Amino acid sequence: MWIDLFLPKICASWVFIIDFSTFLNKFFHVRPKEQSVEWYTSIGNAAAIKKAWMGGDCQVTALLRLEGIEKSFPGVQALKSCKLELLPGEVHALVGENGAGKSTLMKIATGVYSKDAGRIVYKGKEIELPNARAARDYGISMIHQELNLLPHLTIAQNMYLGREPKKLGFLVDDQELNRRAGKQLEEMNLKLDPKTLVSELSVAKQQMVEIAKALSFRSEVLIMDEPTAALTDAEIRDLFRIMAQLKRQGVGIIYISHRMEELRQISDRITVMRDGAYVDTVETKQVGTDQIIRMMVGRELSRTPGLAPVDPEAETVLEVKGLSRGKELQDIHFQLKKGEILGFAGLMGAGRTEVARAIFGADPVDRGEIIVHGKNASIKHPHDAVRAGIGYLSEDRKSFGVLVDMDVASNIAMASYHRYRNPIGFMKESRINQTAAHYVKSLSIKTPGIGQKVKFLSGGNQQKVVIGKWLNRDCDVLIFDEPTRGIDVGAKNEIYKLLENLAAEGKAIMMISSELPEILRMSHRVIVMCEGRITGELAAEEATQEEIMKYATMRSNMM
Amino acid sequence: MKLQSAQTAGAKPQTRTTDNKGTARQKLLAFASLILLILAFSLLSSNFFRFDNLVGIMLSTAVIGVLALGSTFVIVTGGIDLSVGTVMTFSSVMAGVFITYWNGPIIAGVIGGILAGAVCGLASGLMIAKMKIPPFIATLAVMMVTKGLSLVISGTKPIYFTDKPAFNQITMNSVIFGIPNAVWIFLAASVIASFILTKTIVGRYNFALGSNEEAARLSGVNTVFWKVVIYVMTGMFSGLAGIMMASRLNSAQPALGSGYELEAIAAVVIGGTSLSGGTGSILGTVIGALIMSVLTNGLRILSVAQEWQTVIVGLVIILAVYMDILRRRKNRS
Repeated sequence: MWIDLFLPKICASWVFIIDFSTFLNKFFHVRPKEQSVEWYTSIGNAAAIKKAWMGGDCQVTALLRLEGIEKSFPGVQALKSCKLELLPGEVHALVGENGAGKSTLMKIATGVYSKDAGRIVYKGKEIELPNARAARDYGISMIHQELNLLPHLTIAQNMYLGREPKKLGFLVDDQELNRRAGKQLEEMNLKLDPKTLVSELSVAKQQMVEIAKALSFRSEVLIMDEPTAALTDAEIRDLFRIMAQLKRQGVGIIYISHRMEELRQISDRITVMRDGAYVDTVETKQVGTDQIIRMMVGRELSRTPGLAPVDPEAETVLEVKGLSRGKELQDIHFQLKKGEILGFAGLMGAGRTEVARAIFGADPVDRGEIIVHGKNASIKHPHDAVRAGIGYLSEDRKSFGVLVDMDVASNIAMASYHRYRNPIGFMKESRINQTAAHYVKSLSIKTPGIGQKVKFLSGGNQQKVVIGKWLNRDCDVLIFDEPTRGIDVGAKNEIYKLLENLAAEGKAIMMISSELPEILRMSHRVIVMCEGRITGELAAEEATQEEIMKYATMRSNMM
Repeated sequence: MKLQSAQTAGAKPQTRTTDNKGTARQKLLAFASLILLILAFSLLSSNFFRFDNLVGIMLSTAVIGVLALGSTFVIVTGGIDLSVGTVMTFSSVMAGVFITYWNGPIIAGVIGGILAGAVCGLASGLMIAKMKIPPFIATLAVMMVTKGLSLVISGTKPIYFTDKPAFNQITMNSVIFGIPNAVWIFLAASVIASFILTKTIVGRYNFALGSNEEAARLSGVNTVFWKVVIYVMTGMFSGLAGIMMASRLNSAQPALGSGYELEAIAAVVIGGTSLSGGTGSILGTVIGALIMSVLTNGLRILSVAQEWQTVIVGLVIILAVYMDILRRRKNRS
């Protein structure tokens, strides 16, 4: 069409394109056609607009462009000439293994860190960001993984914290405060009362409030750091709906996530980082998941040999009978054999972690029996469970798994100190060090030494330290709660291999996971839970994503 | 890959730096301040750097120092013990009861006093670990109870040990180098405390509780039990301080003791132990206690009024803690 030839030459700014094309549309009654410029404009996909219009020639003004960003910390170069371009109305995924430099780059974009070299260009103008305040004033906001809301204040109070509308110069104008907050929530189609206390909201709702707060600063660049980590599928759909709406308004979103399926669903382009360096930016539609992972890890993922079959004659190591507590746990029964990996699937809040914590004695139960090696183990406290040979690897490693301020050796010895002391309580340091060195080697924990504080290790290596702790205690039953959460793709495979080896050596493993591919790949048998009950049990052969989801959503009122 | 039987593995034990750089630097900083203070006072007054004055400083550090040793344990767990001062008084009154009222042997008084401290620690520990009462409140209550009990038991009057001159000799006699025994007891107690904190299981659990109690519990550590043990230990150090105090004054003074807990906490904090728990060292506490008494002694020699001495000690605490915070901030970025 003639417009295609004509327009790119006039255009300098993206805004102009939209205005002019809408004008033309109206004038000539051109109906938007799929794959046409108009169609892309209507869904607000700027990356596609750029491509459709100019084939890459003409410049669409990027919302935010980071160029040649360098950053060093004492002893390490964290970022080496990194770049990123965010267009208006684009969801731009930023991926990379843990430690690839994603969050450092984002901290520079939000003014938390200062850059050593490079340029930050915002809407065509180079800007300096001396602090977080400056970034926010420009309209660059970050939604953090850990939410920064004050639980005892209301939604409205949180949104306008530090800039409350005033009456008489010093009184807070509550009416105006709630009105403004309400308007912002309404714009996002959120049915929330601004006077609700934040502590009464679910994590997902809190996240929405964070987004609303960011938008109330008139933010045009939103950075989201693993926003879906704690959300259920329904909540994720809600989040994506709001993201789509923001796209239409021309907001650019930088989206950090480890979940590949999500990236495919929501993002327009993907920028991959590795070891503090920029790898590539690709159109999401044009690459496969394998390809992205390859770019992230810089190598092909090795396939593991797979699970060894469970001997049907093998001893039942753990038996749980009628475990119950209120509505959270309703009459939980199951058995776990030696050498078996039993997957626990279900949606967030289905009660899987509660089962694990109850077996481990971390939380009290109303009733129920836990039988280990045929003997009734009366477990009231975690140390009872440990004595019975049960080890628990929490989903939240930093809070419940490792002692981050203590060194690798102390952590590996933490469950077994009774073995490392003489009668008057002195520690046998050399024995501790020997053991620690052994596990560092056999689990290939990457650490400069056993005296390294655990907080300086990556997520995957922290997880291995926890595994080392329980192996050192000779636990026969290991409960893994989300064993690969927050662990990057390369290290994930190592953890899987480790799990397979542990099972092959005769450990009985209960594995809770929210990632269905992980469940399907790593389990001999799958138990599905919903609302505190076991709703289904599947053998590995009959387990499919569809089957598991069927049981996972089998709510009691439907039965 | 064979994962078990660690003991048989031929892996070479790697060397391990148990002490972290941060604490070491803070200790160095505190130590440098101490030396600087001593130098400054020596230059300002010829009376300062003399044997009997230095012994005097050590002697005045001894009691508060032993209290601070005990406080270090609870502070490393992230807790606090406000009762150490009055528990000290309570122990000295109990020693008075055993020795003077009941005319028992001196050794019974010493053991009785330390046991009295242990019982108070047990009470605080059970309240904190079992009943989950916040340490601040629980030990505040124990502070008031022991303060009251000391007055009740003694009938608000001092109990004198004049019948048993040997009791006074425990601290005031000089066995070695003409330095009073109190100083040696303090040093011995420091060495023992340091061993407990760095070389024993209790010490390791102490740090574990301070850095993340829940993670320690989920590692199968019986956190309730060990917390009680730690508070009992603190109580025993307070008891020892009580005996030393009574022996030095040759009397149990029931009205004494309030305010000592804060001085003990100040010494611990100046020594680089963080009130949020997880870090700390006994050497730091000893240096912290010495800084406080060198300061008081030096100012007294320079005839600075008592009131101003207190003001200056207060300012020094601010300075010491602020420097610690600055250093931490630098470490982080």
